[in-house]
Amino acid sequence: MSEYDVNKTPKKQVLSMQLDLSKFEKATEEEKKQQDVMSESTTFLKDGLRRLRKNRLAMASLIVLAIILVIIIVAPMVVPYSYDEILKVNGVRDKGAKNLAPFTYSVLEQEYIDAGNFRFPHIFGTDEQCRDYFIRVVYGTRVSLVVGFFASIIVLIIGLIYGSISGYAGGRTDLIMMRIVDMIYSLPDMLVIILLSVVLGSVLKFKGGSFLASIGANMISMFIVFGVLYWVGMARLIRAQILSIKENEYVLAAKSIGAKPGRIIRKHILPNCLSVIIISTALQIPSAIFTESYLSFVGLGVSAPMPSLGSLANAAREGLQSYPYKLVFPAVAICLVVLSLNLIGDGLRDAFDPKLSR
Amino acid sequence: MSENLIEVKNLKQYFPVRAGFKTLQLKAVDDVSFTVGKGETLGLVGESGCGKTTVGRSILHLYEPTAGQVFFEGEEITKKNIAEMRKKMQIVFQDPYSSLNPRMTVEDIIGEPLDVHKLYSNKKERRERILDLMETVGLNAEHATRYAHEFSGGQRQRIGIARALAVNPKFIVCDEPVSALDVSIQAQVINMFEELQEKLGVAYLFIAHDLLVVRHISKRIAVMYLGKIVEIADADELSDHPEHPYTQSLLSAVPIPDPKIARERQRIVLEGDVPSPLHMPTGCPFRTRCKYATEQCAKECPTLKDKGNNHLVACWNR
Amino acid sequence: MNEENEVLLSVRDLHTSFKTDAGTVQAVNGVSYDLKRGEILGIVGESGSGKSVSAYSIMQILADNGNISGGQVLYKGEDITKWNEHKMRDFRGKCCSIIFQDPMTSLNPVFTIGNQISEAIRLHTDKKGKEIKERAIEMLELVGINEPERRFKQYPFELSGGMRQRVMIAMALACEPDILIADEPTTALDVTIQAQILEEIQKLQKKMGMSVILVTHDLGVIADMCDNIIVMYGGRICERGTADEIFYNPKHEYTKGLLRSIPNISNMKKKLVPIAGTPINMLNLPAGCAFCTRCDAALKVCLTEQPEELWINENHKAACWMNIKEALDEGKGEA
Repeated sequence: MSEYDVNKTPKKQVLSMQLDLSKFEKATEEEKKQQDVMSESTTFLKDGLRRLRKNRLAMASLIVLAIILVIIIVAPMVVPYSYDEILKVNGVRDKGAKNLAPFTYSVLEQEYIDAGNFRFPHIFGTDEQCRDYFIRVVYGTRVSLVVGFFASIIVLIIGLIYGSISGYAGGRTDLIMMRIVDMIYSLPDMLVIILLSVVLGSVLKFKGGSFLASIGANMISMFIVFGVLYWVGMARLIRAQILSIKENEYVLAAKSIGAKPGRIIRKHILPNCLSVIIISTALQIPSAIFTESYLSFVGLGVSAPMPSLGSLANAAREGLQSYPYKLVFPAVAICLVVLSLNLIGDGLRDAFDPKLSR
Repeated sequence: MSENLIEVKNLKQYFPVRAGFKTLQLKAVDDVSFTVGKGETLGLVGESGCGKTTVGRSILHLYEPTAGQVFFEGEEITKKNIAEMRKKMQIVFQDPYSSLNPRMTVEDIIGEPLDVHKLYSNKKERRERILDLMETVGLNAEHATRYAHEFSGGQRQRIGIARALAVNPKFIVCDEPVSALDVSIQAQVINMFEELQEKLGVAYLFIAHDLLVVRHISKRIAVMYLGKIVEIADADELSDHPEHPYTQSLLSAVPIPDPKIARERQRIVLEGDVPSPLHMPTGCPFRTRCKYATEQCAKECPTLKDKGNNHLVACWNR
Repeated sequence: MNEENEVLLSVRDLHTSFKTDAGTVQAVNGVSYDLKRGEILGIVGESGSGKSVSAYSIMQILADNGNISGGQVLYKGEDITKWNEHKMRDFRGKCCSIIFQDPMTSLNPVFTIGNQISEAIRLHTDKKGKEIKERAIEMLELVGINEPERRFKQYPFELSGGMRQRVMIAMALACEPDILIADEPTTALDVTIQAQILEEIQKLQKKMGMSVILVTHDLGVIADMCDNIIVMYGGRICERGTADEIFYNPKHEYTKGLLRSIPNISNMKKKLVPIAGTPINMLNLPAGCAFCTRCDAALKVCLTEQPEELWINENHKAACWMNIKEALDEGKGEA
């Protein structure tokens, strides 16, 4: 029968084996066990982190973000200027320090340095009101990150509560809650944002010295705007997630054991949504930063003299032809922050979302 | 005959299905009655969508039955006592992948019923009980801290069985427990079910579509078609003398791993498909595919009738 | 060589590997076999045995992370692993077709049945317009679909699982390929529907005289359908031979164990004898025989060296050290 003949020469001649009869004894259980290795124990977290570490783009973004964070924390301590301080030399207002190019000094400053004193360089130059531009960009980044972060937290809290009630309750409750979401979803974003920030801007007033006042009414209205507008997406996502997890047999199994709804949500549903929640929150931050910059750019964001990356870019528009660097610095900062946060979010999703990585 | 452990009487389970503007009733289980004796295995076979899984879940009140009663040792299972009843009745699911929470360790999965029913007084007792259960189902103690996804299908199914055994149940619904497993693993799990029955005296409702497996493990077998039981008999009696035409074709369609028998055997190939349970035929549900169908079959639905030997058939022509 | 015994396809020392996060998985590890014209060849094995991958390798439809890392696939004497994508496209469908396990997902839900069959015909033949439709309806009729004209206009969701699998078969056979690869064609179907589909495949195979490679885990289906059987485990072939040889005279410990462990008519009253252990971890193959860790009879040599496939008789080959040990023991007895 030639059809089974395989054109393959044996690696080892069978006859040569005959001599070593000891090999043909029965193998012991231990010998067998040695061959049978169970792969190393990994937890979900370890496994995800390992995958995240392998993702070069996400790791690079993490480093970039870490550098930015260090700069915005450390820089205000090192740089002797403040974001709303008009430059002074020896207590005299330096009127010549207007629109300086990076690493240049005004006439007054030059004299001061020539006199043997130290003057901290203007790394990004100065703006048209004689303020150090570097520290303004640093503060702008700070404001943008804070807005992005807190806005996402607010979105998360509202979305999580609303979405999990809707998803777990199901039936009529779910129907009504989701129709409300649909209604909010159908409102034009920009209109709502503009209306809300105008209204809140005039309504929100805080007593001087209080914590809220130090944040600024403008910033708080920004949080509220984000919270009101963007929780719908989060709520939908979490509802969908809970609905799909509810279908899993382990939820039914928990029910069959006699577990009460509270335990089922706590032990079975939430831990399994967690990765999706974290990932979408991480991806929410850059979009909030982007919207904040955009709003500040059109003049609805944080109020002067507090800078944000968007308002800095807006201010730079006027002298764009003479001083292009004033637009470049905040724009690059927005890009770096948004891009790195987005890439980190993507990396987290790839690493932790069980649907994509089996 | 041993005393009845479970008695199911006229169980009905309808699900509302929205179709356009109308709401139709999906009759997943329609008027099903049977009993399971103490320490006995009743096999329940049928094709997908015949309602066999729903029967298992309705007994445990995982769905609220539309009508009918289920008795456990003579006591009716109701909404009120179901929490207590779930200490005596448990379920093993088909899919060992989705039936274990991926965020929990083996120890926590098996320990969950103990936690829910507070079946231990201290941590040490809990741990001992868990290790005990793991040993019963043939898992190593060192596996306790691992997560479910690190195990193969067969081992996962063992974890699921250990979870069901944690409350010392007298009755376990086995919902296709081996059909998702590799051939070489199925026998391990089937044997384990048999050994557990010998040791602990549990009764099973063994739901499966594989007739050979069901026949191997069950004392009696019930055959379901479109939400109704069409035949119940002792396993051998049913296999050797099937009465209902559906059972006959089902038996003849089972591929038998023996080339000589396979060559000689004549398959009774059924024409057509199972009708949709939303649009059930009138009368006998099987009549659309039955070659013996008469006018009477279209008019009235036959009920189970005893043919002697505890052999019950629902067919007008038998 | 006469027409009857013509070798259509021969796989030579095929190696297929997949790159995964955890390392490279050698899914198929030196597999060789021949497929004759008009033969039904069964490949049986459990998940991870490489049975499906070896079939996909023939069609070169592996997932993105997989590739054929060695060996040849000869179709009528030509090595198709060297063919370019253009030539392969022609090969798929015209010479060799495949039907998959899940008829629910292998049809495109947005096109009608007729549309999809016509597409397959249009791609591989020079038929035009009306001819295509005629051929498509003829095919639907051939696979036992009643009212083919009406079905032609229907969408996949309007058909049951069994019907869809029939449509898949019609599509696969529309261009009269020489080879049909059926990858677990009935696993997702009910027993009575499975019987229908198997019957249909058998009938069509006889009618069209094609060769079928039937990949399945179900020994019952294999016993029912196949002339020759290949048993795979851990990416290698354990044993091959005619159906009778494999079922009544198994010569590999894995096949023996498998046959002992499945419920059968003959062992209904007896306890099953399971194969111990857990399925193989493809990332961590033993140095010797892939089955050695689960084998009751494992020898020392099984752990360290891979057994070669040896002839048992003219219809049967097996790769198991036990056969050599038996021969040695016999030799000793005589001496």
